[in-house]
Amino acid sequence: MNPFITSIRATLVLAAITCGAYPLIVTGIAQSVFKTQASGSLLTDRDGKIVGSTLLGQNFTANHYFHPRPSAAGNGYDAASSSGSNLGPTSQKLHDAISERIAAYRTTNSLDPHTPVPADAVTASGSGLDPHISVKNAELQSARVAKARNLTARQVQELISASTTQPDLGILGDPGVNVLTLNLALNNVKRVFQLVPPSTQNP
Amino acid sequence: MHPSDWLQFALFLGLLTLITKPLGLYLIQVLDANGRTWLDPFIKPFERITYKLLGIDPQHEQNWKQYTFAILAFSLVGVVFTYTILRLQHILPLNPQGLPALSPHLAFNTAVSFTTNTNWQSYGGEATMSYFSQMVGLTFHNFASAATGIAIAAALVRGISRTNFQVRSHSTTSDSKPTNLEVRFTATVGNFWVDLTRTTYYLLLPLCAVFAIFLVSQGMIQNFDASTTATTLEGSEQVIAQGPMASQVAIKMLGTNGGGFFNANAAHPFENPTPLSNFVQMLSIFAIGSGLTYYLGRMVKNQAHGWAVWAAMMVLFVSATLVCAHFEAAGNPIHQQLGITAADGNMEGKEVRFGIFNSSLFATITTAASCGAVNSMHDSFTAIGGLVPLFMMELGEVVIGGVGAGLYGMLVFVILAVFIAGLMVGRTPEYLGKKIQAREVKLAMLTLLILTLTILGFTAWASVSAWGLAGLNNAGPHGFSEILYAFSSATANNGSAFAGLTANPASGDPHYNITLGLAMLIGRFLMIIPIMALAGSLAAKQTSPPSSGTFPVNGATFTFLLIGIVLLIGALNFLPALALGPIVEHFLTTQGKLL
Repeated sequence: MNPFITSIRATLVLAAITCGAYPLIVTGIAQSVFKTQASGSLLTDRDGKIVGSTLLGQNFTANHYFHPRPSAAGNGYDAASSSGSNLGPTSQKLHDAISERIAAYRTTNSLDPHTPVPADAVTASGSGLDPHISVKNAELQSARVAKARNLTARQVQELISASTTQPDLGILGDPGVNVLTLNLALNNVKRVFQLVPPSTQNP
Repeated sequence: MHPSDWLQFALFLGLLTLITKPLGLYLIQVLDANGRTWLDPFIKPFERITYKLLGIDPQHEQNWKQYTFAILAFSLVGVVFTYTILRLQHILPLNPQGLPALSPHLAFNTAVSFTTNTNWQSYGGEATMSYFSQMVGLTFHNFASAATGIAIAAALVRGISRTNFQVRSHSTTSDSKPTNLEVRFTATVGNFWVDLTRTTYYLLLPLCAVFAIFLVSQGMIQNFDASTTATTLEGSEQVIAQGPMASQVAIKMLGTNGGGFFNANAAHPFENPTPLSNFVQMLSIFAIGSGLTYYLGRMVKNQAHGWAVWAAMMVLFVSATLVCAHFEAAGNPIHQQLGITAADGNMEGKEVRFGIFNSSLFATITTAASCGAVNSMHDSFTAIGGLVPLFMMELGEVVIGGVGAGLYGMLVFVILAVFIAGLMVGRTPEYLGKKIQAREVKLAMLTLLILTLTILGFTAWASVSAWGLAGLNNAGPHGFSEILYAFSSATANNGSAFAGLTANPASGDPHYNITLGLAMLIGRFLMIIPIMALAGSLAAKQTSPPSSGTFPVNGATFTFLLIGIVLLIGALNFLPALALGPIVEHFLTTQGKLL
């Protein structure tokens, strides 16, 4: 038989199975067994409004929030336009950007001008949507956040620990602090404080 | 490297070694038209119907020319199929974002890219491709091009392992006559349609289904929803892209395709949510290619040969990983002088959850195999850290390599190694009992020359052209590396990139899309044709028993000879070009020079 005719038939048959049956079956199972994950691990606030995804970073600039890494996705944390900076090791542009970010990081967090700055705090991630910062980075920011929120250093430290992802199976990957869940947890602490009048608090 | 990095590396290598034999044994059944697997009760009926629909006889074998022609016809139809879908994207279903059709040259580039198992992406996934284009236009080739690669490797191995005269038993099925033995001259190498169907049905689909569900459990998306709009804690809007990702990513890794659902590929938290998903993705890139070396050993009845080839691949792979990880962990002295913690290494373009080591490991794996998925941005690697993935592609992706393509690429080097060993001892070289003569060596050399000429030729052209320089994101030697990387990746059918290079500029200049498309076509099909000719030529040869002068193709001597040949040819071809790019850049970095 003419191989072109066979090719056309093979294309149609294989497409029906690999592009029709296969993804539909996977979607069916995924949506019924792992509905949350399959839909993007979305987070909602108390009113049911979607505030983001556990897996995706978002921009934070206010003093009372932990700040994420710099992002090259769109104008920063654009989850419809993932991207890294793609600037190389000898790039003047990257050099200048890092230099500015280091200065800004030290100022924002009231650090000594010679304090080494964690690499992740001043470099853009590959996706531009990295949800994590390093533990060291979070610790350097915690004094600022604690002060802005009137919390003790210990309270903030506990929240950091609670939002820290440990290596999978104990060894795979590096630990990281999820900025969005950490900031959400901070907001919830604040609310408890507002709801409970100081006089009724336990000593 | 930290102790935990060594532990992860050991775990990876250990698991890869463990799955090689079972996968190899399974491949033997899959790549035999009459093979048996435990999936037969579920899949056999579909297989039979498929042969009926295709109108083929699964017992009929093809010679190398018929086999090659079937591959070429199937690939051509595939290019047209995907080109049509991409050009008609705006009127096809499953396009909730209302994305427009692709331009002709971008559609050409993408159709070629996926047909050739390259999956170079001139486009950004979430901003360009509808769910239909992803799921049908692109995923189809993820399966088809992977199955085609495996089929070619099987055809070549059959050519090597078969003896000239074959005894076939013919039983006339309807009655109980004794079977007729037929002795006939055979230089056939299998049936492409059977290999394609069986590989897809018995190997790729079942593995992918399980893998995809696992990926979803880790947080990968799989839905047909339009983008979600979230209101961030600080009150701005974040549009979150969605789609049927897991089903596509499973085959993207397992079939060493590498084309990302999203622009940031496996760096995107949806496309690679956890270190565990990352680990399994890395393993899946190497799984089939590793199993194929066992298949080789078993088919040629010399298991030690299969392991010797595998060992050569592993030595190259482990060395490359250690070099890459070392330089990424050492970081960039220029940035460290500004005040970055030196111990953190080079984090530009890397994700915190993977860190330095898993990013370096992934980069080496994805370019050793012809996958091209990335979990960090190679463009932002240190000079030597970035040289490693570049050089892995320029070696011809024979370190495990693309599914099938890695094995047939490595067998070219095996033939050269045997030839050179033969010259050294002054005997006619033999490979597993088959004489290696002028024709085989010419065909082997042809594939290597095509690879080199295409990469260096296009790179040279782009480096001195306005269109070539217009696409650069970096200046100086790094800019040159971006061009060299692009054509190395396209020709070797890898698909990863120094992604700063803009191949699909807003100005609509089609030069990159077209030259890269041509490089991919040359790198795939001008490689396949000589290799199939080699398969045909070997299949037609008599086997002679080994003598005292036969160079053994197993053991450490052979493994190191093979490594030497691979490195020698790679270095001779590409060191001058690498000296102009990453090597010069390395010295610039150590001196703190900026561009």
